[in-house]
Amino acid sequence: MLQTDPQKTDAMEEAERLMTICNACRYCEGMCAMFPAMERRRFFGDADLTYLANLCHGCQGCYHVCQYAPPHEFAVNVPKTLSTLRAESYERFAWPGFLGRAFHRNGLVLTLAIAFGLALVIGLTFGLQDPGIIFGNHTGEGAFYRVIPYEAMVWPFGLVFLYAIAAMVMGGVNYWRETAGKTGAKLSTLAVLGGAWDVLTLKNLGGGGHGCTYPDGKYSFDRRRFHHFTFYGFMLCFAATSVATVYDHVFGWIAPYAFTSVPVILGTLGGIGLLIGPAGLLWLKHQADPEPQANDLWGTDAALLVLLFLVALTGLALLVLRETTAMGTLLAVHLGFVAGLFLTLPYGKMVHGVYRLLALIQNAAEARARD
Amino acid sequence: MLVAGAGNAALCAAITAREAGARVVVLEAAPKEFRGGNSRHIRNVRYAHDAATDYVTGPYPVEEYYDDLMRVTGGKTNEPLARMVLERSKGVPDWMEAQGVHFQKPLSGTLGLGRTNAFVLGGGKAMMNAYFARAEELGVTVVYDAEVTRLMLDGTHVKGASVLHDGKEQEISARAVVVASGGFEANIDWLKEGWGEAAENFLVRGTPFNKGKLLRVLLDAGARPVSEADQCHAVPIDARSPRFDGGIATRVDCVIYSIVVNRDAVRFYDEGEDIWPKRYAIWGRLVGQQPDQIAYAIIDSKSQGLFMPTIFPPEQADTIEELARKLGLDPKTFKETVSDYNKAVRPGEFDPTQPDGCRTRGATPEKTNWARKLDTPPFFGYPLRPGITFTYLGVEVDDKARVLFGKDGKPADNIFAAGEVMAGNIMGQGYAGGLGLLVGNVFGRIAGEEAARRATN
Repeated sequence: MLQTDPQKTDAMEEAERLMTICNACRYCEGMCAMFPAMERRRFFGDADLTYLANLCHGCQGCYHVCQYAPPHEFAVNVPKTLSTLRAESYERFAWPGFLGRAFHRNGLVLTLAIAFGLALVIGLTFGLQDPGIIFGNHTGEGAFYRVIPYEAMVWPFGLVFLYAIAAMVMGGVNYWRETAGKTGAKLSTLAVLGGAWDVLTLKNLGGGGHGCTYPDGKYSFDRRRFHHFTFYGFMLCFAATSVATVYDHVFGWIAPYAFTSVPVILGTLGGIGLLIGPAGLLWLKHQADPEPQANDLWGTDAALLVLLFLVALTGLALLVLRETTAMGTLLAVHLGFVAGLFLTLPYGKMVHGVYRLLALIQNAAEARARD
Repeated sequence: MLVAGAGNAALCAAITAREAGARVVVLEAAPKEFRGGNSRHIRNVRYAHDAATDYVTGPYPVEEYYDDLMRVTGGKTNEPLARMVLERSKGVPDWMEAQGVHFQKPLSGTLGLGRTNAFVLGGGKAMMNAYFARAEELGVTVVYDAEVTRLMLDGTHVKGASVLHDGKEQEISARAVVVASGGFEANIDWLKEGWGEAAENFLVRGTPFNKGKLLRVLLDAGARPVSEADQCHAVPIDARSPRFDGGIATRVDCVIYSIVVNRDAVRFYDEGEDIWPKRYAIWGRLVGQQPDQIAYAIIDSKSQGLFMPTIFPPEQADTIEELARKLGLDPKTFKETVSDYNKAVRPGEFDPTQPDGCRTRGATPEKTNWARKLDTPPFFGYPLRPGITFTYLGVEVDDKARVLFGKDGKPADNIFAAGEVMAGNIMGQGYAGGLGLLVGNVFGRIAGEEAARRATN
């Protein structure tokens, strides 16, 4: 039966209240995976609620169709409460734990400050040695490394990158222990594939087949489209970096690479995706109905989108202007933004990807167990 | 032309009339947040179809539908009108989709109606949002907080309506009026005419704005009534629910697995008469007929999880006496009731999914299915009150949705009715899920078309 836990946050208690109402109504069961997952339960412990909160894609459809939405006395606002609960879970599962507090502060301004700060440090470090390095005109093989030496680029960035990955994996482990680990979902290859498929297709940003009521009450696929641009743009950039790493370490081919090379084509396409996607998502966010949103999360969400956009913008600018004297400055700025992105990755909105994937895997496992 | 009300029937009328070229003003008594009347709470539409589709699992021919209607209403229906509605029902989901309403593919349906009914994705508010968006796009004017209080009548001809808006009464002239303003279930004084003081303890599942004002205006003006003032659709809902607008979530579905006792801690009806979808609608009335209009459904831990989760947790106790105290029942009588029932339970093979013949012998009254001893603590008790869904008393209409007046049933010149205010023509009593939405849609569209013809000529 129900347990009262003095540690429960307000959002956790509110989510329990809401899920009890929703489970007695069930009108939204066709809209996304969260409601059928709710229907598999009769009581809602912290593990269940954390899982359901991370399964929720925040599309807000269930708010616009809710007969109990405020000002009804039941005051049902599922997207708002679950987004607050998600944010709390990001903080709780952060690794190392004490950095969870960074989520509170990881607003737009701070994130940008970090990125600019890093760009400045990089620029100054090498610019002060000899202004001719930063403002010189470098072309041909190894041009980038004449501005910032190979070791100074590869080692710090490699470490930051590995740290970000490790911290997010640890967060995922913490998440899984606290959710599926306690509710006993049975993992299988098919469940993993099912969850991954839901991520790759964003099936649950489809509102049951007609689009989400986002940013307003009208059905639209805009959010899914812009998220696809963002996600696949990021993945293409990631692929570009991976291919370039292989070129360098395996074949000994030194950057910069030709405009027609695989890393540059992948990176260019990815960069365009990261201009369109985050800009579109920010534009939608700006117009979105404020009622079903947790307003205090705006800064964290926007920070990632703005940073992704700036990484793409500086990356593409570097590509276009790499044979001019602006190259040194652009390289420093671009690398500063990339470093800022990866440093803040495990303590910002990006972690939603890890937890959403895991929640969708758990959902696929539960749905299979039920069939 | 004016449309009084802004639920399903009203918006179907407004959209159809506007498409036919009429200038349409919809007058909604509720504020925007609570627009849509009882249609905010609907779930599905029952319609005839020849084969399974994406939204229903099998065929539901008109003939079968007609038999179901005759069965649930006990023949209290206007047969030609009923046939017309059922024939037209075939095209209703397509029309709804064309207005932007979406349907849900059958899941493990909460009400087990996957073959006969198409479920609206997101429910009634989603449907109404689509209708309002469509009406807006067509150029229909919708005024909120605007209650129609009077019709400016000249015999059976209407010249306009008096509207209460911003605290002021104002008269609006019109060439035709569609009355689609619902029943009177939120008008407790009127309910008392049929139910006496008992109505004070009824909870209203839907909108608090259904006061029946225009129904009264029409009846006073000589419109012919259908059905009776004490006919209403009522189901047992949790006694702790809000007075109004609690909707679907307040229902309690455990009756068939329980024993139900009244204020005096005695049983009063066979809880296991039939499966719940066929019995829930009689239990509202049954509870309404008990002293203080309250009852308690009692289960033990064996039955937890067999029915839809409830919005409020049950009272819970490890002994029958303790549960009695928590529910405010006399512990001695309650214990006797439980022990008499337990003694009368005959052995059998319990099957929660269908009538299983597990019954009592010698209990008063007998329980004829799903009878199991209450012997496994903890014990749970759900307090029940009658929750009114809608009323049946309405005005008679013809196949053009014209309100009929006087002894000879003369059709009104330009007054049309649709929805709950005339649904009693099709169902004088009884109900089948998804029928009200259908009647509202079919008559709303007829009323819209006919009123537009009068308004544009």
